[in-house]
Order: sequence, then structure tokens, then C-alpha cells
Amino acid sequence: MNALRKMGEDVLGLWSLVKGLKITGAFFFSKQVTVHYPRAGVDNLATFRGPIELVPNPEDPAGPLCIACMTCAATCPTGAILVVKKNALKPVDAAPDQNKTARKAPKGPAKFTYDYTLCCQCGLCAENCPKGAIRFSGNPYCASINKKDFEFDLLEKFRMNMD
Amino acid sequence: MSFDEIQLIRMIVAVVATALFVAASVIFLVYLERKVAGHVHRRPGPFEVGPHGMLQTVADAVKLLSKQPLKPDGADPVLFWLAPIAAFAPTLLLLLPIPFGPILTGFEVNLGLLLILAFSGINVLALCLAGWGSDNKWAMLGAARSVAQAVGYEIPLLLAVLAVTFTSGTLNLSEMVAQQGPYPWHWNIMTQPLAFFIYFVCAVAETNRNPFDLPEAESELTAGFHTEYSGMGFGLFFLAEYTNMIVVCSVCTALFLGGWQGPFLPGFWWFLAKMYVLLLVMMWFRWTFPRLRFDQLLNLNWKWLLPLSLLNLLGTALVMKLF
Repeated sequence: MNALRKMGEDVLGLWSLVKGLKITGAFFFSKQVTVHYPRAGVDNLATFRGPIELVPNPEDPAGPLCIACMTCAATCPTGAILVVKKNALKPVDAAPDQNKTARKAPKGPAKFTYDYTLCCQCGLCAENCPKGAIRFSGNPYCASINKKDFEFDLLEKFRMNMD
Repeated sequence: MSFDEIQLIRMIVAVVATALFVAASVIFLVYLERKVAGHVHRRPGPFEVGPHGMLQTVADAVKLLSKQPLKPDGADPVLFWLAPIAAFAPTLLLLLPIPFGPILTGFEVNLGLLLILAFSGINVLALCLAGWGSDNKWAMLGAARSVAQAVGYEIPLLLAVLAVTFTSGTLNLSEMVAQQGPYPWHWNIMTQPLAFFIYFVCAVAETNRNPFDLPEAESELTAGFHTEYSGMGFGLFFLAEYTNMIVVCSVCTALFLGGWQGPFLPGFWWFLAKMYVLLLVMMWFRWTFPRLRFDQLLNLNWKWLLPLSLLNLLGTALVMKLF
């Protein structure tokens, strides 16, 4: 009896083959999802993670929102980000006992470099940024045959705005 | 000219014509296969070389031809080079007795079916030689698998074909086609559906196509029996595989689907259309089903196909005797 039931199950299992053929057959006739790149571009970039970029400050669009807190550089698992703070002001000579907080450094990066070849697009930098100053750019066509081209200076676009 | 001379000339012309037909078909089939694979995956497939990638296979063929044929140090020089030739040479012969049209048969012979079945066995020997001669464990395993598989699946295939010959009473493919009619209800598939099913499954297995491609299982055996072949050595195996596909689909068309019989169009086009539908189904299988495990492969054969084909044969014999 058991053997017969097993045989029956095996025969019914043939139906799964037909199901599989149906699925691939339907895919064969459905719309293709691949884009012919040089002749056409992709359109759904909302969730695309390209190389990161700095968000401009809404109050001063010529500068970044970044406060150079170094959280991104510290959380980056691959060490793709390098941030250098702007220098603190020189201590004023006349007041040697002045509190340290009085000579506050301007909040902002002096240098913000990013190596795309190291980046794993995990998004930890953007997630952990206290100011929300990092976002993924929607640039899907980031390609080059030179490795140096992927070492981005993220402050460059702000400098170009100044000129 | 004597009758023999005419026959000889006819055969030479037929061999040259089939060689050309095979070359053109294989070029087209490889393109078709990659297009089918692409569309099943919802991508365009080859697209850049020529209009819609039509010349992709030509480019690939040129690449294969220009590559250096290498031989591993430990390989047997005679067997190693004999294998690809032995794989491809008989395939041209296999197409000779097939009736492509009412009078379009290369070699009219009353044992045509037997000739095809006999010479298709050489392919297994070629794979075996390739596996043994390569001095490579993957190749050896692939060859061992191919032998077990081919020996097993040949039996239900023969029994399924035998059931059809019972009803038609001839081994001449042209006569078998002539006995069938132009419309599907005249075809042998109506009287022998089980034989058709068994034949087709065995045909897929015999040509080492997915889901029965264990002799060249990429994920397990690198490339199986042709691991060590490069350039045209590999090219010939490739050519033989696709030619074998054409052969099994042609035989299937002649046996079960009424061959060149069909309304309106000349016979040749009907034959080609039916053959290509079967080839497309084989490709459809390839991109749908996962590869079988080896014990599943043999179980399917010995526990299902063989008893079924025996029952089918007995049933056919009984019906033939009674009615």
C-alpha cells in the first residue's frame, strides 16, 4: 500500500514540472527588465546606492551640512572615509588661562575624501550621521579604467560652487 | 551511369548538404538557445554583435577556431584527439536516412531507424574515450556517468521506438511518415502518447541535455568529459551535441509528429517547423529544470521509464493482435 502511495505521489509530482514550465514560459513572454545601457538608462534610481555625497547646508548651500564629528569615518567598516577637521583657532596670547571651549574650532570638514573602491555600500555612514549630512548619490554610471578615479574629494563640488 | 553510381553521387551530395545544414543549424541553434535563455531570465540575450546579436555565434565560432588546441601532459595522444572526431563524425551519418521532405531523403534505406539507433551509440564511446584519454578526474567521472546514463536510457528509448514500429510495421522512416496524415489526429502521437513521452525524455537524456546533463555538470565536474579540451576539440563536442539534438528531434518528428506531412506548405517546411518546436521545448526544459542527482537519474530510468515502456510495448502488441 505504502509503495503504491509513494508511486502516486511521484506521478503527481510531475505536475510541479508543468508548473515550472509555466513560470519560465510566462517569463519568456513577459517584459524584459534588462536595460540596453548605452542606448537607454535606468529610471528607478530612488533606492540606488551609488557613491556617497555630502548634503549641502540648507542655510548656506555653498557649504556642507557636515560638522566633521568623524562618526562616519569611525563607523565605516572598510575605512573608505577620511575626514579632517578644520583647525581650531590659535589660542589668544593675552589670555593664557582662557577656557578651552572659548577657542572653539569652526564645525566643518577641512578635507573629506572617500575611496569608492573600498566602499561596500553598507550605508552605516549615512545612517549614523547625526546631521544627516551624507546620502547616496543616484549615479549608476560610475565607471573608469583607472583606480585613482574612484578616490573622490567630496568637498570639491562646494569649492567649485564658490568659484 | 549505373544505379550504384547514381546512388553514390546522391549520397555524396546528401552528406555535403547535411554537413552544410548541420553547420547552419548549429550556428542558429546556439544563438537561439542563448536568446531563449535570455528571455526566460527576462534579459535580451546576445544583442551587440550584428543586428539583435545574430552574428554572436559566428564570432564565437571564429574564436574557437583560432584558439590553440592544447593537450595535457599525461593525456593519451591518440585517444585524446580521436574522441572529438569520433563524437562528431557519426552525427552526419545519422541525418542521412531522415526524410526531410517527400523525396528529400539522403539515403533511402529500409532499416533507416536501426541505422540511426546503431550509430548514435558511438557518441557514448566518444565521451568515454574523451574522459579516459584526458587523464583528468573530472573528465573520468563525467565519462563514467555518461556511460551509465546512456546505457540505461537507450533501453526505454528503443522499447518506445519498437512500440511505434509495431503499429507501422516498418523501420523505414519515409514509409512511417507516409503512413501518417497531415493533421495531428493522423499522427502516431495519438496512438502512442506514452511512447512519445518516454522517447522524448530519453532523447533529452541521450543528448546529455538538462536536466540530464550529468556528464558535463559544471557545478560538480568543471566541464565533465570535455574539461581538458580547448579550441576546436571542444568545438567538435559542442557541434556533436547540437547535431545530436537535431537528430533526436528529427526522428521524433518522423516517428510521432507526422514528419513532413502537413497542409498548405511544402513538406520540408513542416518538417523543419515541427523539429524546431521540439528543439525549443528542449531548450525550455534546460532553462526550467534543475539537474537531477545521479541516483535520481538512474531511478527514473530503471524504476519508471523501463517498466512503463515495457508495459506500453506489451499493450501495443496485445492491441495489435486482438484488433
